[in-house]
Amino acid sequence: MIKEKRQILIFLLFAIIILLVPLFLKGNYFLNVLVFIGINTLLAVALNLLLGYAGQISLGHAAFFGLGAYVSGILTTRYPVDPWLALVIAALCAAALAFVIGFPILKLKGHYLAMATLGFGIIMYIFFNETVDWTGGPSGLSGIPNLRLGPLTFDNDQNNYYLVWMITLGVMLLSINLSHSRIGRALRAINDSEVAARVMGVNARMLKVQIFTVSALISAIAGSLYAHTMMFISPASFGFNFSVELLTMVIIGGLGSIYGSFLGAAILTMLPEFLRVFRDFDIVIYGLMLILITMFMPTGLIGGLEALVKVIVSKIKGSAAKNA
Amino acid sequence: MLRVEGITQLFGGLTALTDVSFSVAPRSITGIIGPNGAGKTTLFNIVTGLYTQTEGKVYLGEKNISFFEPEVLAKLGLVRTFQNVELFGQMSVLENVMVGLHTKSKSGIFSCAFKLPGQIKEEKIVREKAHKWLEFTGLEDLADVEACNLPFGKGRLLEISRAMAVEPQIILMDEPAAGLNSRETAGLAELIHKIQDLGITIVLVEHDMELVMDVCESIVVLNLGKKLAEGTPREIQENKAVIAAYLGED
Repeated sequence: MIKEKRQILIFLLFAIIILLVPLFLKGNYFLNVLVFIGINTLLAVALNLLLGYAGQISLGHAAFFGLGAYVSGILTTRYPVDPWLALVIAALCAAALAFVIGFPILKLKGHYLAMATLGFGIIMYIFFNETVDWTGGPSGLSGIPNLRLGPLTFDNDQNNYYLVWMITLGVMLLSINLSHSRIGRALRAINDSEVAARVMGVNARMLKVQIFTVSALISAIAGSLYAHTMMFISPASFGFNFSVELLTMVIIGGLGSIYGSFLGAAILTMLPEFLRVFRDFDIVIYGLMLILITMFMPTGLIGGLEALVKVIVSKIKGSAAKNA
Repeated sequence: MLRVEGITQLFGGLTALTDVSFSVAPRSITGIIGPNGAGKTTLFNIVTGLYTQTEGKVYLGEKNISFFEPEVLAKLGLVRTFQNVELFGQMSVLENVMVGLHTKSKSGIFSCAFKLPGQIKEEKIVREKAHKWLEFTGLEDLADVEACNLPFGKGRLLEISRAMAVEPQIILMDEPAAGLNSRETAGLAELIHKIQDLGITIVLVEHDMELVMDVCESIVVLNLGKKLAEGTPREIQENKAVIAAYLGED
């Protein structure tokens, strides 16, 4: 009970800080980066539900992100569909696709699952590139309208910031709730020992498909938000590299930690700004980070930070005891 | 209670079990013994739905449960523990038992994520029940410990608490005494009787003969994938074929 209250408090604190930030960054370019951090956090949380909670890897999550973006983009540019409706349709399309492919794919384990999701990602990438009549092919799809809410149009950084972060914060809260529930426990049980989970009555196959579907749904919402805030999309944003980037966010942030996903997304979104000097070598840096984190901080940055805080607290307590 | 009929299991060209049949009386404690490689664990894996037998049928009461999935068997009240202790290592002791209560609750992803009132109520009941089963095995003090940090003997007890949380009709234990010291084994024997007193049928695979002879009411002996003998502990101890299988013939 006390633990639960503390969790709510931490979340409220986090949410308040996030919502106050734009007040200090009026008209700043950095606000634009923060919008991307919001979208990437949404994606990282989605992948974390699958990878961190249920322990099922996906190397093709950029495909769901892309699917959301393209469904939304195509519906609003080629047909007179309202952007909000397009967002909902995009999310449902991705969820339906994930549900259908989830049954055969999630029967696979470990490397085989990685290969299957990798293949799925590549197929979708080719699809985005080649169906030129719909997607505009490699040159992209432009003129995607902004989302609107009454008199409010989400066409500037500040409005986009609130739009993206309200949704991201909502999904983060739901994910935290899920983690400490019957379903969250069953997912973590599957992660630790699928056989034992099944013996305890957990329908592992169904639950894995369900969480895969939810994960795809959230990723597609992120894709739709991306399309409507950027107003332009091209296949390059939804390729294999981005799937790996998402995976890196989740792992360096901390598997199973929702705030870790935020941290990972924030670091990997800002990193390119600092890594401009390395140009195309950024993928090498990601790889290096991944190796170092998995070797020295297997619980990710969040786990590392927690350990650090514990050490400091015990040091302070220790010295206080000495002085007394 | 549990009836196994003509189970045969082939692994490629290897025959692990040949035409094994026996039955377990309700509320009894039955031991399955045999030298290493006799096929005891294979038999357990078939009964609990982890392996698919080549031939033969398994009945729970009057119900044919051959080829049922483990998660379905759990709902029907058949549960097992593992030889190598399969705990959910990254979860707390209490949470492990709460997973055992999975079939006793029904909130889905949606109501869990949105914390609907029904889910909150259910969560409270699940938590209380889980504490009750920890008390049952005496692990109450360790409720918040991460399961991977438990010593081996306590891990065994946790596995039993978790299995009990399923509220089974029948519980199958795969070598519950393996790796336990003599004091822990004595405690285990007591616990097994306590489980029986709740009206639950128990089947154990076990190498610890002292424990088997002490708690079991009937014993099935397997050797090289075949049923060698079946009977009360006394009958088994006097059975020539059993003695030959264990000590070798002269």
